[in-house]
Amino acid sequence: MVPLLEVANLRVTLPTARGPVEALRGVSFALDRGQTLGLIGESGSGKSLTALSLMGLLPEGARVSGSIGFAGQELTALDDEAMCRLRGRRIGMVFQEPMSALNPLQTVGAQIVEAMHQHRELSRAAAHEEAWRLLERVQMPQARARLEAYPHQLSGGQRQRVVIAIALANSPDLLIADEPTTALDATIQREVLDLIADLVQISGMGLLLISHDLGVMADRVQRLAVMYGGTVVEQGPTPQVFARLAHPYTQGLFAARPRLGGRGAVRDAGARLVTIPGRVPDLFDLQQRLKGCPFADRCDRVIDACHVAPPAAVQVGPAHEARCLRIAA
Amino acid sequence: MNPAAPPLLQAQDLGKRYRLPRRTLLSAAPEVQALDDVSFTLHQGRSLGVVGESGSGKSTLARLVMALETPSSGQVRFEGRELVRLPAAALRRARGDLQMVFQDPYGSLDPRRTVEQTVCDPLALLADAPRAAERHVRVDERRARAVEALSAVGLREADLDKYPHEFSGGQRQRIAIARALITRPKLIVADEPVSALDVSVQAQVLNLMADLQATLGLTYLFISHDLAVVEWVCDEVLVLQSGRVVERGPTARVFSEPQHAYTKRLLAAVPGRPV
Repeated sequence: MVPLLEVANLRVTLPTARGPVEALRGVSFALDRGQTLGLIGESGSGKSLTALSLMGLLPEGARVSGSIGFAGQELTALDDEAMCRLRGRRIGMVFQEPMSALNPLQTVGAQIVEAMHQHRELSRAAAHEEAWRLLERVQMPQARARLEAYPHQLSGGQRQRVVIAIALANSPDLLIADEPTTALDATIQREVLDLIADLVQISGMGLLLISHDLGVMADRVQRLAVMYGGTVVEQGPTPQVFARLAHPYTQGLFAARPRLGGRGAVRDAGARLVTIPGRVPDLFDLQQRLKGCPFADRCDRVIDACHVAPPAAVQVGPAHEARCLRIAA
Repeated sequence: MNPAAPPLLQAQDLGKRYRLPRRTLLSAAPEVQALDDVSFTLHQGRSLGVVGESGSGKSTLARLVMALETPSSGQVRFEGRELVRLPAAALRRARGDLQMVFQDPYGSLDPRRTVEQTVCDPLALLADAPRAAERHVRVDERRARAVEALSAVGLREADLDKYPHEFSGGQRQRIAIARALITRPKLIVADEPVSALDVSVQAQVLNLMADLQATLGLTYLFISHDLAVVEWVCDEVLVLQSGRVVERGPTARVFSEPQHAYTKRLLAAVPGRPV
């Protein structure tokens, strides 16, 4: 059977002031109904751009090649109108900052109803009733009364619940959540992630969760794809990725993060965090270096061959692959 | 260190109330107790972490320590002096000893000013400094001081003439730290200094802050919602909930054996601790 979402060799070239830049350089992954996939990477890795490509929201002038198959349709071939019918109907989206995703001048009820009316014929009363149900589904306290609330009257966690309710308004097949909890407090973050996980499990949607935080991913997604420099450098079942840390970048990302209890009871004055030297490359610079592995400049295991051609995917376990020449398969 | 000298920073029964807008025309304006009865002592060369959720009073505490606001009750003493009671000129001079580093390296640097202009700004505080060595920081000296501050954070002299947009997030935070260092401060109040940075860059900035503490004897008041980062940086920690200290102690102990329910909840919420 064809998976719900299948991205194959996706390449996106963006126009910039310094000329066209290839921002996604061959991204491939698949996601089925009821499954969860995490995209992790730092700024400039291409993870948000991947999400925008799936939703057909790339900036003007972007050139796309490769394939995005969604429920049997080829999204890269759809025109704007067809994409509009899909977006919000079959693909729901949750963004990072709930305050800017909501309209400050409309009640949350009106905004949920608007999302439904965009795609379906519904009576006012029926839409209102459904909006109420949705707010209850996202566990909004006093859901009925909150329909009349404006975004500024809600807390950050409650606003994000509204955004999730809007994303679910038309029972989508795929939910894309781009850093959904980055702007929230840790305790609220946990509640919202739990909520998303529950909703995905109950409704059987596919979930694409995007984050820069390894910790958020650890117990939320079945599969994990690590992005760097516009490519997926490692992907596999989450426990295996965490256990194996096959790609040097995954290792660096993992080691750089201080972990609770990692310092031990006795403070060692000279203790240092392991760092990845250098910085996340600018896409333009990356392109100037043309061929080769995008991580080569920061990698401590680099050899000459790393600069010659982009490394092919090496199978390191069942359904687990990494793009690095230095991996002994 | 002279044992009789007062601690670098001391807060006693510190409280701050803010007045909210009146709900109706004739009712009294309601007040919110942003900070309530907070006391702590911070010695030179040490790091104190402040953790808690948004609204717990972390940033209010920072503003009171920096003498940007006057406490409603209690007091803050810096080297034994209550800064908010100093006359304006003396307060201005004292400010050179306290510097602040903010969360957002994009918002805290003026995009239209060169790195040199930004980094040298705090030197204006020292124009009438009582310390002879720091009086009259002249133009050529300014440049030398800026180079010194930049090299302390691992940037080069050539970077002085560039603008903020030419730097990455991590480099910008280094510039913000250089700006804080240029007055040779004793205390740095860091409000979520690495929260906006990429993971691989966070580690670089945290290591830099540790190095600076070791070489310059800096004292940090380190505010963060990230418990793992606080554990890494801080000797001691205060846990704030709704403006009150609910738990305090050596960081390792508080985080390994939390006593208060709120601390336990914060720790439980730390997203998955992958092993």
